[in-house]
Amino acid sequence: MEWVGSPKINQLWWDSSLWGRELKLNTCERSHLYCARVKISLTAVYSGTVRTYQDNMQFMLLFSRQGKLRLQKWYVALSDTQKKKISREVIQMVLARKPKMCSFLEWRDLKIVYKRYASLYFCCAVEDQENELITLEIIHRYVELLDKYFGSVCELDIIFNFEKAYYILDEFILGGEAQETSKKIVLKAIEQADMLQEEAEAPRSVLEEIGLT
Amino acid sequence: MSDVVEKTLTALPALLALDSQPGAAKLSSTSKLGHLIRSITELSSKHEEEKLISKELAAIKDQISSPNTTMRQMRELMVRAMYCEMLGYEADFVYIHAIKLAQQGTVLEKRVGYLAVSLFLNESHELLLLLVNTVLKDLQSTNLIEVCMALTVVSQMFPKDMIPAILPLVEEKLSHPKEIIRRKAVLALYKFYLIAPNQVQHIHGKFRKALCDKDPGVMTSSLLIYQQLIKESPASYKDLTGSFVTILRQVVGGKLPLDFNFHSVPAPWLQIQLLRILSLLGREDQSTSELMYEVLDESLRRAEMNHNITYAILYECVKAIYTIHPKADLLEKAARCIGNFVLSPKINLKYLGLKALTYVVQHDANLALQHQMTIIECLDHSDLIIKRETLELLFRITNAQNVTVIVDKMLGFLKLCNDDYTIIDLVGKVADLAEKYAPDNEWFIQTMNVVFSLGGDLMQPDIPNNFLRLLAEGSDNEEDDKHLKLYAVDSYLTVLKGDCSRLPQRFLQVVSWVLGEYSCLKEDEDQREVISLLNKLLEQRGVSSETRSWVLSALTKLCVGPGCADLALELADSLSSSLDTVLRQQAHELRLLSQDSQLHARVLPRPAPLDNLEVDSSLSFLDGFVSDALAAGAAPYKPPHQRHEENQQRALSLEPYGLSLPVSLSSCTLTDRQSPTLFSVSSGLSGNSTEPTHRTGANTLMLEGVKRVWGKEGYLPQKEPSGTQVSVEEPSDVVQSPHQQGTAETLTTQPETEPEPEPAQLDQEKQQLASSLFVGLGSQNSMSLLGKTEAAAPRFRRKGRHHESASSSSSSGASEMSSNSSHSSHHTADSFLYGGLLEEEPATPIQSLYHTLKSTTANGSLDSRQHSRPASGMGENEGRDIVSVKEDKQSNSSQILGSDMVIVRPSKMAEEAVVPPQNSSRPLPSTSSHSSDYMILQLPSELQGLPHSDIVKMTSDSHLSVSCCRVFREDALLLVFLLSNPTETALRDIAVELSCKELETASLKGNVIECLDGRNSSVCRYTLLMQRPHTQVVFTGFVTYQTQPGHTHTLPFSGNLSTADFIRPLVLSTEEYGKLWLSFSNDVKKNLPLLTNTGDSLLATLNALKDSLQLHIVDIIGSEGIVACRLLSGAPCLMHCRVNDASLAVWMRSPLSSLSDCVLYHCQRVLEEL
Repeated sequence: MEWVGSPKINQLWWDSSLWGRELKLNTCERSHLYCARVKISLTAVYSGTVRTYQDNMQFMLLFSRQGKLRLQKWYVALSDTQKKKISREVIQMVLARKPKMCSFLEWRDLKIVYKRYASLYFCCAVEDQENELITLEIIHRYVELLDKYFGSVCELDIIFNFEKAYYILDEFILGGEAQETSKKIVLKAIEQADMLQEEAEAPRSVLEEIGLT
Repeated sequence: MSDVVEKTLTALPALLALDSQPGAAKLSSTSKLGHLIRSITELSSKHEEEKLISKELAAIKDQISSPNTTMRQMRELMVRAMYCEMLGYEADFVYIHAIKLAQQGTVLEKRVGYLAVSLFLNESHELLLLLVNTVLKDLQSTNLIEVCMALTVVSQMFPKDMIPAILPLVEEKLSHPKEIIRRKAVLALYKFYLIAPNQVQHIHGKFRKALCDKDPGVMTSSLLIYQQLIKESPASYKDLTGSFVTILRQVVGGKLPLDFNFHSVPAPWLQIQLLRILSLLGREDQSTSELMYEVLDESLRRAEMNHNITYAILYECVKAIYTIHPKADLLEKAARCIGNFVLSPKINLKYLGLKALTYVVQHDANLALQHQMTIIECLDHSDLIIKRETLELLFRITNAQNVTVIVDKMLGFLKLCNDDYTIIDLVGKVADLAEKYAPDNEWFIQTMNVVFSLGGDLMQPDIPNNFLRLLAEGSDNEEDDKHLKLYAVDSYLTVLKGDCSRLPQRFLQVVSWVLGEYSCLKEDEDQREVISLLNKLLEQRGVSSETRSWVLSALTKLCVGPGCADLALELADSLSSSLDTVLRQQAHELRLLSQDSQLHARVLPRPAPLDNLEVDSSLSFLDGFVSDALAAGAAPYKPPHQRHEENQQRALSLEPYGLSLPVSLSSCTLTDRQSPTLFSVSSGLSGNSTEPTHRTGANTLMLEGVKRVWGKEGYLPQKEPSGTQVSVEEPSDVVQSPHQQGTAETLTTQPETEPEPEPAQLDQEKQQLASSLFVGLGSQNSMSLLGKTEAAAPRFRRKGRHHESASSSSSSGASEMSSNSSHSSHHTADSFLYGGLLEEEPATPIQSLYHTLKSTTANGSLDSRQHSRPASGMGENEGRDIVSVKEDKQSNSSQILGSDMVIVRPSKMAEEAVVPPQNSSRPLPSTSSHSSDYMILQLPSELQGLPHSDIVKMTSDSHLSVSCCRVFREDALLLVFLLSNPTETALRDIAVELSCKELETASLKGNVIECLDGRNSSVCRYTLLMQRPHTQVVFTGFVTYQTQPGHTHTLPFSGNLSTADFIRPLVLSTEEYGKLWLSFSNDVKKNLPLLTNTGDSLLATLNALKDSLQLHIVDIIGSEGIVACRLLSGAPCLMHCRVNDASLAVWMRSPLSSLSDCVLYHCQRVLEEL
């Protein structure tokens, strides 16, 4: 009797396992298996190994010093529970940082880049390979845009007009990539849409609302 | 009436609040949202908030579903719902209304609707399908804003399957007069490219137009696509280097509108994008790199301002400079630049500096030397992230001299750290370093002990696995080996004597395996002490049952000799009533073995031999037992799933029993000296594959080579057949630690025996630390760009699998020869040698072989081809030696084998080796200049009947040449590597290793060859399975061999495979096709070109497709045809084609939508190439 086990045997087992599976599964089982696998890979998106195709910004969070979420934008498809879990974790981590500390954080396999403006934290998650400084400046540019639009922006502006903040963000970052970095052009696009909104609204709103139309 | 009044009232504030300044913030304090926000802030507890929100949501729900609600009110409701969702309260009932709002509202309501959709849904949400029509409509709108909104939502999320529906419209927008529309269209296409690259491949030409757009915004967006494209295949975009350089030069020179400036730096984002593209293009390409030196230099020079953004650009510059072909003065400047980063007082810059340094030391380790003091400071930085990055840097500069200090630092960090991800990562790195550079045995064992106890059950399973393998396989130096093992045993005894209730299970498993295996090496130690320690462990609470079975295995190995029999019996008794079936079985085995010391010695010889044991996994030695049992009236064996079905039919749930069987199968029995992590591989399979037929000896598994060593005399027959599935694993790699020195034994578990420089006495201490950290770096030459030298041979060098299995394959080869003569033929068949000349070949009796030999182009690569044809009167006496490629193709396409399979030769793999026509038309190949000998490579005879590709040369050097052939088996793709040795001298220990991350690969046989004689050849086979479709996958691998002992050569190779290699025809009837078609839902549609030059264009086109991809034409009815194929034996893919004027409209359906994409992509390529 020799020692049980050798690479050869591993290979054999592996092979036979392959054949066993190949022979047994019918199409239905197979697609079932596939579904199961897809689910696994989705849940694994944030467990570190499985990459999505998104390779720039993964999400952006705005939250107050008290940890209240003010804005959240997700550039990866995740379920609500995952989103909640992630934002809770990230907020906790960022709030625990001291003022003089580095603006970058490792979180799972991502980098969190954050910056605090007055009472509000702006926080982005990017790939590990990404240039963190440029992400920091993206945050800054976004704050500049908000500032210009609202006229010295404060947290309340963002709370009460959060949809506007979203419009600006969408005009600035699209699908996780900086879309337009010219301040003027971004604001022009927003203003055009706003303008149209006012025009469309003004002449008919009262009559329509009263239900006379 | 009151309703109307109320509406007026709600409308009034909006009217009053009308502000002529569009951008001005309107604190809509009077609005309902304002009210909601205000009341939330007034609340004091979370509970109150919950109550308020649920009331609010109820109100929203009520109002939103009422038919009287106008779109305008809807908009307001939607904003409130968004707010509630943001607070974390689910409001999924509004999702559908958000879509409705986007659909039916006017522009401003649409805006809210689209925003709500993009916030509420993600791209896998099913409701998104309802949005497709709206998007379609809005894309066609004349209102710019509507088009913008549609494009925005499309680039944020769009169901992949629906892309074809809107693709033409988005494409059209690329030439829209408004730049904002063009820009958004480009971004939408970028998004499409990311999620479904095949669908946008036809518009690559238009991307170029976008790159040349006069609007900088559009151009910038198109760079995103180019970055992605270039990342995938840099070679095809080299011609654009000049353009990118010009653009960058203009940007740096400030030619863009001032508007793009950011803190007076011109368009930083654009610069960074360009720098990244340039570094991708210039990598390993001197001539391309030369084009960009100047502009890189200029970028470095211009970025001088002291602001974050300039540092961001500098960082990107430095990375680019170190990525492209090096240029001395640029490198120097870049190095200075890094100095600025690292020395900066700003912590963010310091971090980035460390990151840059980490990247750069891979190219030039000396840079770390310049900054050693800074690095030391960072190592003690209060911010963990800085520390972490510093360790990353140290990891890169570790060598045999500084390993102890660096590992010590890493372990110190690990003790502070509580983040799982960091722990897993660092533990892996420490184990890696320890294995590579360990200075001595004690240090190694102690370090690994810390790794195991810190890494716990989180760590990658291959760490304990590798460790055990290392111990088991040892090195050439027996004395040293023994010392290592003894030390491990000692150290583990100490561990067990201490408190081990907190130790991770993995560690305990390692401990018990080592003790079981090697404690006998300690002559002076009483085995009983070891046994009692293990026994204590067994009884401890909190020890998992998996660990228990490890401990029990160890005990079984140790319980030998007169003194232990009682103990063994006691143990067996106490465990034989265990609820765990595995433990129970082991207890049973223990009882039997302890009673029969002869048997024990046979089953568990000691010391365990390192040779291979071959296992007859079909358990044919039990045949006699089974047939006796059957004759005595026992019911025939049924595999679990069958039993399960029967159970279901009887409507009785016997779940617990159904489950217990696989559990026991998947875990170990005591005889396995296995490493902890290989369990899963074997799990469940033996149960499934043991059909009754196997019992009687018919063996459908690929086990030809198995020697039936577990024959009559083994102890296994004593067990009951139902419990005899033995899963056999082991630590399988060979380890060698070449130069080890004996050292004293100490009995410690404390890892810190290293004299650690205390960081208290500042400078001097730091200097000292520096000298210990950076030792070994300075001696290198100043510009070593090939990375740090790993000159010090890794201490524990793993040899890979080949060594050990070499002997096994040869022995199995021998048995194969004798047992199965048809298999033995391939060795001889391969070994025909042809001395550079083509001659008439000896015709094999079964097939007529037809060989061609071609030599290729200037670079000297040569291409030996061969293809087989069916015997039917062809080939044998064809007078030509050379068949031109074209002829090949034609003759090929007409050759249909019985099973609807065609000998295909989609020669993607052969592209580099394809012979230019002028060469092949020469009567004789001009071979003399290349290599003196040619070998006619030939597939093993049993494979020649299968459809297969050409034999393509993969790689070669002066000793060995490797060719490859793809054999399209029904159930898998078989890659057959033909190794031939053109020299006179024999090669030893040849091992072929193949890897591909997208595919499942498995070696069938022959991947290790002990000896390949001169002028001989050998065959190695791999099976590949594709579980998820990929259009193209790259496989890489290498062959290692020794020309003489100690001189190992490595020969890397790589190749491409496409989906087409994994597609097999799916033969079914039209009715079956119809049923299957209806059972799938996701369509992919596309128009393909039609072959019009022949009579029946549909038939011709389909035949062309069938010939090059292995499709099955189910039926052709008039102008429609249906075709089916499947991914190996897996997912089907159905194709429905209709002739539409000059094109072929194709619908594809498949349970895997990516399969449809891939097949479609290949169809398109085939038709375009024709």
